[in-house]
Amino acid sequence: MAPTDVANPNYFHKVVDCQWACPAHTPVPEYIRLIAAGRYSDAYMINWHSNVFPGVLGRTCDRPCEPACRRGRVEEDPVAICRLKRVAADNKDDVRGRMPQPAAQKNGKRIALVGAGPASLTVARDLLPLGYDVTIYDGDANAGGMMRTQIPKFRLPESVLDEECNFILDLKPTTKFGHKIESLKALLAENYDAIFVGCGAPRGRDLEIPGRAEAAANIHIGIDWLSSVSFGHTTSIGKRVVVLGGGNTAMDCCRTSRRLGGEKVDVVVRSGFEEMKASPWEKEDAMHEDIPIHNFLVPKEFKHKDGKLTGVLFEKVKAEKDAKGRRNLVPTGEPDVLFECDDVLVAVGQENAFPWIERDLGLDFDPKWDMPVVDEVTYQSTNPKVFFGGDAAFGPKNIIWAVAHGHEAAVSIDLFCNGQDVKVRPSPLVNLSSQKMGIHEWSYDNDVSLDLRFKVPHAPKEKTLRDVNMEVELGFTRELGFKEAQRCLNCDIETVFAENLCIECDACVDICPEDCITFTLNDSEPVLRAHLTAPAANLTQDLYVSQELKTKRVMVKDEDVCLHCGLCAERCPTGAWDMKKFYLETAKAGSCSR
Amino acid sequence: MTYIAKPKLHHPGLKPNKLGFTHRDYEGSISTLCAGCGHDSISAALIQACYELSIEPYKVAKLSGIGCSSKTPDYFLGPAHGFNSVHGRMPSVLTGANLANRDLLYLGVSGDGDSASIGLGQFAHCVRRGVNMVYICENNGVYGLTKGQFSATADKGSRSKTAVNNDSPIDLVSLALVLGATFVARSFSGDKKQLVPILKAAMAHKGSAIIDVVSPCVQFNNNPQSTKSYDFVREHNEAVNRIDFIESKAEITADYEPGTVTMVRQHDGSMLKLSKLHPDYDATDRAKAMAYLQERHAAGEVVTGVLFVEEQADDLHDALGTVATPLNNLTERELCPGSAKLADLNADYR
Repeated sequence: MAPTDVANPNYFHKVVDCQWACPAHTPVPEYIRLIAAGRYSDAYMINWHSNVFPGVLGRTCDRPCEPACRRGRVEEDPVAICRLKRVAADNKDDVRGRMPQPAAQKNGKRIALVGAGPASLTVARDLLPLGYDVTIYDGDANAGGMMRTQIPKFRLPESVLDEECNFILDLKPTTKFGHKIESLKALLAENYDAIFVGCGAPRGRDLEIPGRAEAAANIHIGIDWLSSVSFGHTTSIGKRVVVLGGGNTAMDCCRTSRRLGGEKVDVVVRSGFEEMKASPWEKEDAMHEDIPIHNFLVPKEFKHKDGKLTGVLFEKVKAEKDAKGRRNLVPTGEPDVLFECDDVLVAVGQENAFPWIERDLGLDFDPKWDMPVVDEVTYQSTNPKVFFGGDAAFGPKNIIWAVAHGHEAAVSIDLFCNGQDVKVRPSPLVNLSSQKMGIHEWSYDNDVSLDLRFKVPHAPKEKTLRDVNMEVELGFTRELGFKEAQRCLNCDIETVFAENLCIECDACVDICPEDCITFTLNDSEPVLRAHLTAPAANLTQDLYVSQELKTKRVMVKDEDVCLHCGLCAERCPTGAWDMKKFYLETAKAGSCSR
Repeated sequence: MTYIAKPKLHHPGLKPNKLGFTHRDYEGSISTLCAGCGHDSISAALIQACYELSIEPYKVAKLSGIGCSSKTPDYFLGPAHGFNSVHGRMPSVLTGANLANRDLLYLGVSGDGDSASIGLGQFAHCVRRGVNMVYICENNGVYGLTKGQFSATADKGSRSKTAVNNDSPIDLVSLALVLGATFVARSFSGDKKQLVPILKAAMAHKGSAIIDVVSPCVQFNNNPQSTKSYDFVREHNEAVNRIDFIESKAEITADYEPGTVTMVRQHDGSMLKLSKLHPDYDATDRAKAMAYLQERHAAGEVVTGVLFVEEQADDLHDALGTVATPLNNLTERELCPGSAKLADLNADYR
């Protein structure tokens, strides 16, 4: 193998699995260390710069970082990264003084943002301090988008959302709330320098099966119903509720139902329990609230009597692989199953809908999906003035994706408004610095905690089920937060090898608790992977290969299960190993030179 | 030394041995030796050898004297028995322990100071008695704990940072051959591929197995003019054979050229396959081995490998005719068989 180029920021970035997996590339281990040090405000600000909504995300994020977390590969569970973020948000001091100020001088560029959800608010936050004149349009009366209308308050208290929306509104954008954009053509006619579309995926998919029309009064589209609950228009539901669908919206629907009078609430999914789109923890929370999840049942008919819904009929199916290996659901031939109920909530997916975008604006739509054609790097549409982000860009995802899109779109808008090529992206800020403070002293706590993942305390079910606005999760206390933070392996403190200093004494090989390091003759990657001290079977993790050493061998380190304990560096007599902190901050709007 | 304990977490792909242990289960407490010390590599090799042989740690006794080397038994096989004796007196304590309980595997861990200076007499006598043991001399040529004065194994002309050694060296390997050791080897702490099979073969050997392991002292004797530095040993390492240790139950296949391999069967049925790296070297001929060692040493080379091994060797217990049951397990019934037996015994002397 060729020697590893550790000067390429991607190499060590990949080693920081959580940060690499996070769409916004939040420097996770850095803020977790700050939480452990009790520096909650500092931890919060690192998050805020990167993901804009730490308090919201600390409660609602889909946490792509956690399945990626190295801890999950060396013991049972990953670090509770998401809930640690909440610890920073819950315990921070007043951080308003640390927030950017509205620009003293406007730069004369006018930007319109369609929608006031997480993507648009991120664009606003990135552009306002640079002097852009930003106008935010939203049909609702408040900022927040789906964070406000679709996430139940028992998961996300309004005060948390308000605080983080206000940090952005304090930058003084022009807000046109309660003003729904009905025509992009009209908006373009207002001569904005750029327009960002962050209007989400506002349409819930329906289920057209027999009885849909007749029983319509008791069949509700999940996201619309959640909005209605959020605005206080809906305050009750029948005693028996069937929720159709297996995503996070379905989980929010069933749990909300339990709080509005649903005594017997059932979730029914077409496919298997394992295949459900809902996050495992959301399924757990639903089941904890006495909501059974039934699987392999395909809805066949809404039963009704005298214009009133009486139940839903399901066909029993099983998963079978066809000749091509594709998984299909086929009827088992068993009798159909009837779920008697008073109300049905349909949460079988969301769609984008752009009836307000005229098709003669030079803004191409993909004929197959009827979605705007958007560049995956620049977020620019084929109309160079119009940018997309969040669910509006590539269909329903999560808040953290919307934030990531927002940052990149803001970079593009900034480049575009300055006449620069939006395809030439600014580089991230990268730092790699030694953490050695003394012979065996490091600026981080390298002693690996053996604690298993701590559970977040919940408020008692008897109370939470009675109040649709009462937050269920209490969050980690500071003490628990500290202990959970100590589980972090500090994957951003990198093992950096200097071959010119190595005397090949084997000290690092002998001490490594995970058998990561091997000195061997060089070979192709598959051969090396098979013959290391411990075979390197995880192909998603790189091998770190040195230049040739004196004995013609090379040092090969499998990054897969390295604990970043630094013992290789502690036992190295010559300092050939050093522990260096890798810090990467993605480029934000305004960071490009001009 | 290192301040934190080695984390208990280990690689998820570690294979357990026949006893269900991984090599991590054979570790001891964390080393307090200097970073890069060759002795730590020897400890790691011992861990590997015991893991591969599926040795039960409680059936091992680790004995040592004084010195950097003699601290190391704390750093491997935590659950094994151990005795840290007076300087140079490990061989006597080991001999006594072995006489009392012949069922344990005895690992004598010593250094060049402990074995070749203060304990040279002890070393000589336990070797000539054929005590069943693995005697490992972790040989760095200096007294590390007292800041690096030359020891008795330092080569003449070898230089440290501040001094030149003008005395002739004591070669423990040659000495062991003269004294009748039945398994004699030399290896290098920086070459576990060679050291681990040598340790395994020595552990399976019945009789006194002496292994001299050149183990660089990074702190005081790893400078360019030293003959016990990593670089010097690597440049002058002359391995006479490649060792494959074959456990007694393993199938033995003869897929080698005649004359290139020496097969040695040991008491416990295990086989030692020595692939010759030097065409004339015969590891079963004591006299030739001694001559070869002298010759190569004069040429400035460090000869390594299994230098001599005696098939079907006997040990001290055979010479003494002791019973198969460990003496410490004999009860009053066996030890005081009654007045009739005493009368018989006395009659023999009349």
